[in-house]
Amino acid sequence: MARFFRSRQDPQVRDEKLEEGLQRSRTGLFGQMSALFDREEITDETWEELEELLVASDVGVETTFGLVEHLQDRVETEKLRRPSQVRQALKDELLLMLTSLPPRRQEPPNGDALLVTLIVGVNGVGKTTSIAKIANRLRENGANVVIGAADTFRAAAIDQLEVWGERAGVPVIAGAPNSDPASVVHDALTAATSRHADVLLVDTAGRLHTKYNLMEELRKIQRVVTRGGNTRIENLMVLDATTGQNGLEQARKFAGTVTLDGVVLAKMDGTSKGGIAFAIVKELGVPIRYVATGEKIDDLAEFDARAFVDALWS
Amino acid sequence: MFESLTDRMQGTFKKLNSKGRIAESDIDLALREVRISLMEADVNLKVAKQFIADVKEKVEAARALESLNPTQQVIQVVNEELVELLGSTQSKLETAPSPPTVYMLVGLQGAGKTTHASKLALYLRKQGARPLLVAADVYRPAAVKQLETLGASLNIPVHSEGTQVAPEQIAANALREARSNGYTHVLLDTAGRLSIDEGMMQELERVKVQTNPTETLLVADAMTGQEAVRVARQFHERLGVTGLIMTKMDGDARGGAALSIRSVTGVPIKFIGTGERPEAMEPFMPDRLASRILGLGDMLSLIERAQSAFDERQAEELERKMRTATFTLEDFFNQLQTIKSMGPLQQLVDMIPGMGSAMRGQDVQVDDREMKRIEAIIQSMTVAERQRPDLLKNGKRRKRIAAGSGTSVADVNALLSQFSQMQKMMKQLTSGKMPKIPGLFG
Repeated sequence: MARFFRSRQDPQVRDEKLEEGLQRSRTGLFGQMSALFDREEITDETWEELEELLVASDVGVETTFGLVEHLQDRVETEKLRRPSQVRQALKDELLLMLTSLPPRRQEPPNGDALLVTLIVGVNGVGKTTSIAKIANRLRENGANVVIGAADTFRAAAIDQLEVWGERAGVPVIAGAPNSDPASVVHDALTAATSRHADVLLVDTAGRLHTKYNLMEELRKIQRVVTRGGNTRIENLMVLDATTGQNGLEQARKFAGTVTLDGVVLAKMDGTSKGGIAFAIVKELGVPIRYVATGEKIDDLAEFDARAFVDALWS
Repeated sequence: MFESLTDRMQGTFKKLNSKGRIAESDIDLALREVRISLMEADVNLKVAKQFIADVKEKVEAARALESLNPTQQVIQVVNEELVELLGSTQSKLETAPSPPTVYMLVGLQGAGKTTHASKLALYLRKQGARPLLVAADVYRPAAVKQLETLGASLNIPVHSEGTQVAPEQIAANALREARSNGYTHVLLDTAGRLSIDEGMMQELERVKVQTNPTETLLVADAMTGQEAVRVARQFHERLGVTGLIMTKMDGDARGGAALSIRSVTGVPIKFIGTGERPEAMEPFMPDRLASRILGLGDMLSLIERAQSAFDERQAEELERKMRTATFTLEDFFNQLQTIKSMGPLQQLVDMIPGMGSAMRGQDVQVDDREMKRIEAIIQSMTVAERQRPDLLKNGKRRKRIAAGSGTSVADVNALLSQFSQMQKMMKQLTSGKMPKIPGLFG
């Protein structure tokens, strides 16, 4: 079976666990898609069913229509007759959608710079849990990691992160509840620098992308980081895999506020397909970086587009 | 971005009109547009299909075929059906024959159970009840602490036993505490879980047996996609859900999940969550959600917000000033403050039917920052200047204002010319001649 993800540590063990969680996401509708192309010939019905399957996986009407139209063009011009050829073409298109990314902004190489990763997203998507998993992953890979607890708004968010920090073996720098998140980030920067950390992961409060003031707050936090001396910044948005079409709007607004360097697709252990990821990558050129599956500290994998698309037919 | 449903359907019918008569197959085309709109709103594919099949007969019966404005006809019928399906009346929370009444909150991770348990407690207390919150989420780190903190800030008692006791035991103990201390309502905050997690679902069944809740409330995120149906069905089958709370409705998700869940479970939507503050929870209004799901805008909410922001005396005064053309920059400033108190501009614009999508398409900026700049400019004027803009013909004054507000003289000029146009418009308006306003909203 095609391997879904690349893993650095204990690939065997980790993959089995992830496979288990991801299996649920994969069978079901995308599994049906495979059956769709095992038929004798391509008919109008095939196309319609394909559209429905994509929409049912949260890929979205617009993306689906675009994809199917394009595929139909290819069938015409390349004279594809056999369903298996169309399947391959669909696979190619899906993969292309996930991989044809504009070049990312290139920071000048600087070995000493502290990498500051802001974790952003709407409420309840799994930011705090994801940050713990990422911290654990980085630490296992030998990085010196510090977590900044800048969600000073949600009750007990700091306590939650401190529990996770202990589990991950990563120090957590926190301010007082309801204090200014930007000042917490400032303190965390100082602490990370004095500890000679490689990475500072910053947990931010959940905020709906439609709330102007809260988005401005995020901008302010980013400013604190960019002025924080020898740092380079990267922003990851956590997206709940059960999210529907609003996921694109979320990513668009966050990208417009702080520039997004990637998406963490969380809660992929449910039955949802995370299909909105296609639209996010295609429309905004923001790559999917990690996939998170469960409530344990190592339920995280780096995203691999080819394996992801291959796995749709496994 | 897609155009609004109204625009799209009008496009469909325009093509048809040129052919002359509207046939049954044309209705199918129009309903196809409705179906697409529903799916864009995250209504489940099968639910959308079924809904369209059900509504088709009614649309035909409504003689949309002969109507002069078939778009409005179809939309009206569809809208009515949608309201009906979402629940034509408001649904209240049931109470147990003898206290305490138990409400159990269940749902996926991150839906907003803990937040809404505390919102619900506050809501009940405002109605004179004595609620007790129960921290039965022993899994998520600091979930107990979160509920305790929320309870403390609202001054509502929280029953908690740490994380080493089984949730059903905690719930049973809480019920005992409620009985002996005269609490009228017990609100069980349970851990988020996947509906396919057998062990965790069994745990909820045990909690339910222990406490016999009057309401089992499924808390669901308004942004949920196609899977909402499956999740809701599974929770409903296992636990017999009695009501829904749709959360995060203050975002810009169209909220089709609510329709999906409602139609597969038949369970009423009781509340919607509209913000992070403890009082941001409202009774559910089916007509509003219907237009939102269809992408028709939400005029009702806009009007309500305007009503709560403007007081009547203020409005009368404003009208008098407009009539007598004595509307000053000072009044303009006050008006801006009032509009600001209604919420972010973009959100207001989105509530106007058709406007949200129209503006998104054109990438028109409805910018709260622009508003701040205007404020800064007016605030940098003297009282006399605000009342007599003609004083500002003096370039020195404009220079001073630009410096004081951190803007440029060009910005000040732009504002002044806008303002003078506005005054002219008002004169025309109040003299009964409705001017055509070019460029307004694009």
